[in-house]
Amino acid sequence: MELLKQIFIEPFETMYALPDLLLQTLWEGFVSGTLYSLIALGFVLIFKASGVFNFAQGIMVVFAALCLVGIHALGVPAYLALILTLGVMALLAMSVVQFVMKPLVNQPDIILFMSTIGITFILIAGGQIIFGGEPKAMITEELGLPTGSSVLEVSGGIVIFQHIDIAAAIIAAILIAGLALFFNKTKIGRALRAVADDHQAALSVGISLEQIWVVVWFAAGVVALTAGILWAAKSDVSFALQVIALKALPVLVLGGFTSIPGAIIGGLIIGFGEKLFDLYWGVPLLGGGTESWFAFIIALLFLLYRPEGLFGEKLIERI
Amino acid sequence: MLKKLILGAAAIAVASTVQVTTSYAEDTLYIPSLSYRTGPFAGAGTPIANGFADYFNMLNARDGGIGGAKLVVGECETAYNAQKGVECYEATKGNGALAYNPYSTGITLQLIPKAPVDKIPVLSMGYGLSAAAVGEKFPWTFNYPASYWSQMSSILQYIDSQGGIKGKKIGFIYLDVGYGKEPIPLLDKLAPEMGFEWVGFPVGVKEMQNQSATWLNVRKERPDWMVAWSFGAMTPTAVKEAAKIRFPMDKFIGNWWSGAHADLEPVGEAGKGYKAANFSGVGTDFPALQDVIKHVVDAGNSQAAKDDIGKVNYNRGLFNAVIMAEAIAAAQKATGKVKITGEDMRLGLETFVLDEARLKEIGLEGFTAPIKASCKDHEGAGSIFIQQWDGSDWKRTSDLIAPMTDVVRPLLEEAAEKYVGEQTGWKTQSCG
Repeated sequence: MELLKQIFIEPFETMYALPDLLLQTLWEGFVSGTLYSLIALGFVLIFKASGVFNFAQGIMVVFAALCLVGIHALGVPAYLALILTLGVMALLAMSVVQFVMKPLVNQPDIILFMSTIGITFILIAGGQIIFGGEPKAMITEELGLPTGSSVLEVSGGIVIFQHIDIAAAIIAAILIAGLALFFNKTKIGRALRAVADDHQAALSVGISLEQIWVVVWFAAGVVALTAGILWAAKSDVSFALQVIALKALPVLVLGGFTSIPGAIIGGLIIGFGEKLFDLYWGVPLLGGGTESWFAFIIALLFLLYRPEGLFGEKLIERI
Repeated sequence: MLKKLILGAAAIAVASTVQVTTSYAEDTLYIPSLSYRTGPFAGAGTPIANGFADYFNMLNARDGGIGGAKLVVGECETAYNAQKGVECYEATKGNGALAYNPYSTGITLQLIPKAPVDKIPVLSMGYGLSAAAVGEKFPWTFNYPASYWSQMSSILQYIDSQGGIKGKKIGFIYLDVGYGKEPIPLLDKLAPEMGFEWVGFPVGVKEMQNQSATWLNVRKERPDWMVAWSFGAMTPTAVKEAAKIRFPMDKFIGNWWSGAHADLEPVGEAGKGYKAANFSGVGTDFPALQDVIKHVVDAGNSQAAKDDIGKVNYNRGLFNAVIMAEAIAAAQKATGKVKITGEDMRLGLETFVLDEARLKEIGLEGFTAPIKASCKDHEGAGSIFIQQWDGSDWKRTSDLIAPMTDVVRPLLEEAAEKYVGEQTGWKTQSCG
């Protein structure tokens, strides 16, 4: 009986008694959700174009952030460092296509997946050799990102809005919308969808596979850089940041590996869900720390009952 | 033919490398260094490894080693991974290793049962298994200058000295692994005795940089003080989140893994007022540190940047080397041998004297609290002090705080008894 009360009554009593905390939780869930969506988007772009699950997306987040901070540390102004970092990500995209994707074209998916594990190790080692393993501060203020916070009074309590969180949500939303439009409404977007459907058919109608791959790997690099800046502003730039990308896995399972709207909705569901669950159910019932597994349980349930995700394409194969 | 030649040359090259790494001259002493310059905790591992190596290299350059024996530091990269740590141990123990300093509670727990078998002691300086402080039960493991439990008791005493702890709620945010959970039994024991309430906030390794849900819980629970058992990227994230919810920073105390320069430099001004425990001095205003700069750093033989000398983790690695060096000297004196073994080193670790006079003699006066090495007490009942972040650097803000030995020791003995009871063929020792 006590357990039922803890599950069905007490959480809602707390929500009612502390509306400021509920609003704060929803805000934190929204901010995390948009960032999860952003990271998941990097995976979706590459998966759509090549059918490859890019294991290196997490380290790309770290590598991009390290490049930005490392170039700035050489005395380069922040905005120029940002442009140079985009150049590095473009070079990375071209190198991956030239040395990994092209030689492995038409190979089984697992081979391509393994190759992205190889890319991960190269970026980890390269990043550590060039920039060292020590954590570094993100150049938040130098990039013109806001600091400080605003406070909203609610029923005697307060809701705190960090300006960097507001900026993160806006930047992530703009980037997601921009990429969604780019890949849905432009010629390159249509070419991307053709490549995703069938490499050889796309080649036969004159679509340059190489060009599309460079575009999507670069787009994934831009997403990684943005995610790196916004996430590192909340903590620091260190190699531990790459595990954040693991959170994109349940987002992808939820939203579908091929759906940009799915990545957005999936990210928000995970963001809101894990914050609300941890605060109102996780701590009283399980002692907290549920954030590290809650999203994966949701993903597991989806795999059992809707393996294609909310927006993924249902796979029908002729036997 | 060419292929065979290449393969043959490669085999000879590998064989000669093995030869080089496994044979050390009669007048050298081999000290393995299980370092992590890569991986998620490289920010701590790199300066620690540098400080550790630099002190031995300074002794080589200045004094010709210890007792006439040159010191060879053999570094092996673990990436803070227990499996790799064990691989490093197995790969280096045959080199005449004197003692292992794992710098990871996970690796320490793996090495504790191996130490009596291979007769090579483990020195987990201020970390690892708290119960290993009981020398009678753990003859081969040491955790000078203080176990996690002793440290927690000192932190609680500090809180008590800042307006009383009775009736207060302590929030305990910890990395949800063996290291972070280690002081929980002590909190359970001391809460009713000291009259405080405590609430835990676990943070998974994957969530180190994603703590907003944890700090929503902190806000809901409204603790009077927060104590952190964090590591790596978890610390700056926790301090930033604390600032975000406007938790009073001067009531937030980290342990000695949660208070390095690398932890607070990314936070900067927002972390002003945050406190942390420490047991080794900060800065370079010590003659021993000056000697390191003169003989090693300026000579171009250090991997550390000059700016990093004197920072918290560098000095901690250096202090670890000091304990090792003192134990080596004690072992040489006790056995009359220059080239000592792991077994001799164990004796040295139980008999070295690092009192105030000796600290002054080696150029570290005021650097740390004296350590009382003994057969019975393998943590030395060391004291800690509290340091505070001023926005750009750490400043010491308290006197030395001794642990609550009267409370902690019986708990350590109980835990040691339990550990030993679960082993088969475990050899204890009698300390008279």
